Amino acid sequence: MSHDEHKLPFWRKYIFSIDHKVIGIQYGITALLFLLLGFCLMLMMRWQLAFPAKPMPWIGGFFGDALMPGGIMLPEFYNQLGTMHGTIMIFLGVVPLGVGAFGNYFVPLQIGAPDMAFPKLNMMSYWVYFVGGVIMLASFFLPQGAAQSGWTAYPPLSDIAPAGQTWWLFGMVFLITSSLLGSVNFLVTIIQLRADGLSFFRLPFFVWAQFVTSFLLLLAFPPLEAAGVLQLMDRLAGTSFFLPSGLVVSGEILQVSGGGNPLLWQHLFWFLAHPEVYVLILPAMGIVAEIMACNTRKPIYGYKSMVYSVIFLGFMSFIVWAHHMYLVGMSTEMSAFFQVTTMIISIPSVIILTSLMLSLWGGSIRFNTPMLFAIAFLPMFGIGGLTGLPLGLAASDIHLHDTYYVIGHFHYVVAPGTIFALFAGIYYWFPKMTGRKMSEILGKIHFWFSFIFINGVFMPMFSMGLAGVSRRLWDPTQYAHAQPTQPLNVFISISAWCLALSQIPFIINFFGSIFWGEKVDTNPWQATTLEWATPSPPPHGNFETVPTVYRGPYEYSVPGREKDFHPQHESGS
Amino acid sequence: MEHTQEEIRKHVKIYISVFAALAALTVITVAVSYLDLPLAGAIALALIIATVKASLVAAFFMHLISEKQIIFWILLLTFAFFLVLLFIPAMTS
Amino acid sequence: MSDMIRYISKPHPVTGVTNAKLGIWCFLASEVMLFGALFSAYILLRTGATEWPVGADLLNVPLATVNTLILIASSVTIVMSWASLAMKDLSRFRIYMGLTILLACAFLVVKGFEYGAKFEHHHFPNSSTFYAIYYTLTGLHGLHIVGGIVVNLYLLFPGSAMWQTEPERFLGRIECAGLYWHFVDLVWIFLFPVLYLL
Repeated sequence: MSHDEHKLPFWRKYIFSIDHKVIGIQYGITALLFLLLGFCLMLMMRWQLAFPAKPMPWIGGFFGDALMPGGIMLPEFYNQLGTMHGTIMIFLGVVPLGVGAFGNYFVPLQIGAPDMAFPKLNMMSYWVYFVGGVIMLASFFLPQGAAQSGWTAYPPLSDIAPAGQTWWLFGMVFLITSSLLGSVNFLVTIIQLRADGLSFFRLPFFVWAQFVTSFLLLLAFPPLEAAGVLQLMDRLAGTSFFLPSGLVVSGEILQVSGGGNPLLWQHLFWFLAHPEVYVLILPAMGIVAEIMACNTRKPIYGYKSMVYSVIFLGFMSFIVWAHHMYLVGMSTEMSAFFQVTTMIISIPSVIILTSLMLSLWGGSIRFNTPMLFAIAFLPMFGIGGLTGLPLGLAASDIHLHDTYYVIGHFHYVVAPGTIFALFAGIYYWFPKMTGRKMSEILGKIHFWFSFIFINGVFMPMFSMGLAGVSRRLWDPTQYAHAQPTQPLNVFISISAWCLALSQIPFIINFFGSIFWGEKVDTNPWQATTLEWATPSPPPHGNFETVPTVYRGPYEYSVPGREKDFHPQHESGS
Repeated sequence: MEHTQEEIRKHVKIYISVFAALAALTVITVAVSYLDLPLAGAIALALIIATVKASLVAAFFMHLISEKQIIFWILLLTFAFFLVLLFIPAMTS
Repeated sequence: MSDMIRYISKPHPVTGVTNAKLGIWCFLASEVMLFGALFSAYILLRTGATEWPVGADLLNVPLATVNTLILIASSVTIVMSWASLAMKDLSRFRIYMGLTILLACAFLVVKGFEYGAKFEHHHFPNSSTFYAIYYTLTGLHGLHIVGGIVVNLYLLFPGSAMWQTEPERFLGRIECAGLYWHFVDLVWIFLFPVLYLL
């Protein structure tokens, strides 16, 4: 097969490639760039929040009078930045990195398959995602700018927002389509293409996480696509799916047929968006499990209960969505139902987290960079999860809803939680993808500074939220109750900028290690799973001989063996 | 999937009779709509007929009647979440 | 590359299906959720409305009945095209597949007349919630028909070259195309009474 590979022209090999590894790297690079962009949008918002109505030094000048007259950010522009920060981070950054990049690259390798089940469909997923990203980016250059209705795009506001919202919807349709194609591919690959002997209970936890994630994407995304179509009809064909009769806008009754219901959007949106949280977090948990097993040199504690938990999580995530909507005036019965399901769904998350925590017990832990990020994931995700409980109970949610507390809560889940796990994945699998290790020194600098400053960013938000400061405020100093917490805003902003500086060692490390990193062999971490059974980087078609699997995924420190690990593909006891 | 000629011929006969049934049910559902039944009854009847038609299509044209287990599991899962979706209208009324 | 991926034309020994068949069913599962969400939206809007017209008073029931029959017939022809191919008769496959595409086009033409008549009477999507949901659902269904026509055209002409090289895989593709087409038919079976009769 390697002969064929050399015959392919450059554009078939690296641009329109159907090799899952190239597509995985394409996803990875694109997603990292989007993460950086989403981060930069937030850094600009932080200036406005820390120093409202002060001109932004020299950067403000680049944006012209339409967006930042005199270097001072207009509220409309602030809303665009907020909306696009959320959209880009979730749909263009974290999911494509966790599922598109790591999933694409490592699921076929970990199950011993030569490629994904549908290589051309895989290529199409990436390019559809790419087009969706370009549409989102292009919307910034519209006369009235990008979407500004928040990443949740609640109507009726989003129905009557400027054209950026239409572009946002078209972009979302592309991103959803890409996810659907991808999830079909993952499901078929995992069900059909596992190596001989690799039964479901011998799958690495990462593959399980991707498997459940794919089901969530497959079944939860279509309702949002439906909602997107309805909102597009509202905006383009003048329908009123989400516009009630007699809606007053700027003092005048809106001339539409009416009869719609804005809550319909919220239901369909959260029907996706709650499972989406698990789409973000499950691959991250999978990565952490892989790294923890390898670097504690012992089997994951409670592998089976983790697998059952992740399946249960997947099911439950479909019946908790209305806990985002306690304030819309639902009946107490409904509210009670969703409070109960929300409390129940925390159980499997806790089982997974506890199992990972217990896996540390009695291990001979190697504190390398991937392991540091993986360990940090545990308390960070723990804080994120536990602060979610007051939001899941209607009585406390009524006070905390739409405040900075919510922002703090879900960022703890997604930023120091998921993104730390993704960083861990990059450090852990970089040798497999490139054949070279990333620098440990730069990695540790990156870790410690990121760890300190990211807590500096999100921890104060809980206090601000408890003080009642709403999210999406352009200028918090205009509100009496928010003024006492303004020093926290300055502190958060400085932490955020320091966090940005902390990413410089990572960027240097990432690009530098491609060329100057320490060369490694097939299995630098002495890990057991199948991706380490093939050369780094793996050749076209992945395995020289089709591997057969003889045992579970985490056979470390097996008593009576010479080596302290027993790879899945090695026969014998 | 190996199919003998004999099996396929049997299949074809089934397809023709299913077509006849579907056409007949279509005519029936239209005819019933002219009866001016009360709304609840009309909805129930129309949906029952539609479900029967859909089942015929799924069972025979889509070969679900002899399909493998894995497909059933996926459809069962989908159906469960489809029911959850139908829960949405109940929540806003 | 593709010759290294297993179960492309032969079914997996445990699951008993090929990759393509599992894939198309997963895709149809997501389609169920797409139309399910729209159906749910329809119920929500209808139960929340102060008044809701009877479809038969506004829409053309005879035309839609004809369209239903056309679509059912096309479901039969596509399954016949698969059966012909399973009996290794390529020319009969071509006739039935061609008929399927013609029937699909006929469906769209009838739909076009129906839309045209509505536009003439100034009934647009923004006229009322009923028309909004009517145009959205039938429009999205129409898009699925167009997608099916494109795929079937491909399989009828350039795609059928695969019959010479990988007959089993090609038969599998026709089965998948059929499954999709039956699903589109199935959606219409529900849309027809819901929009036109109730």
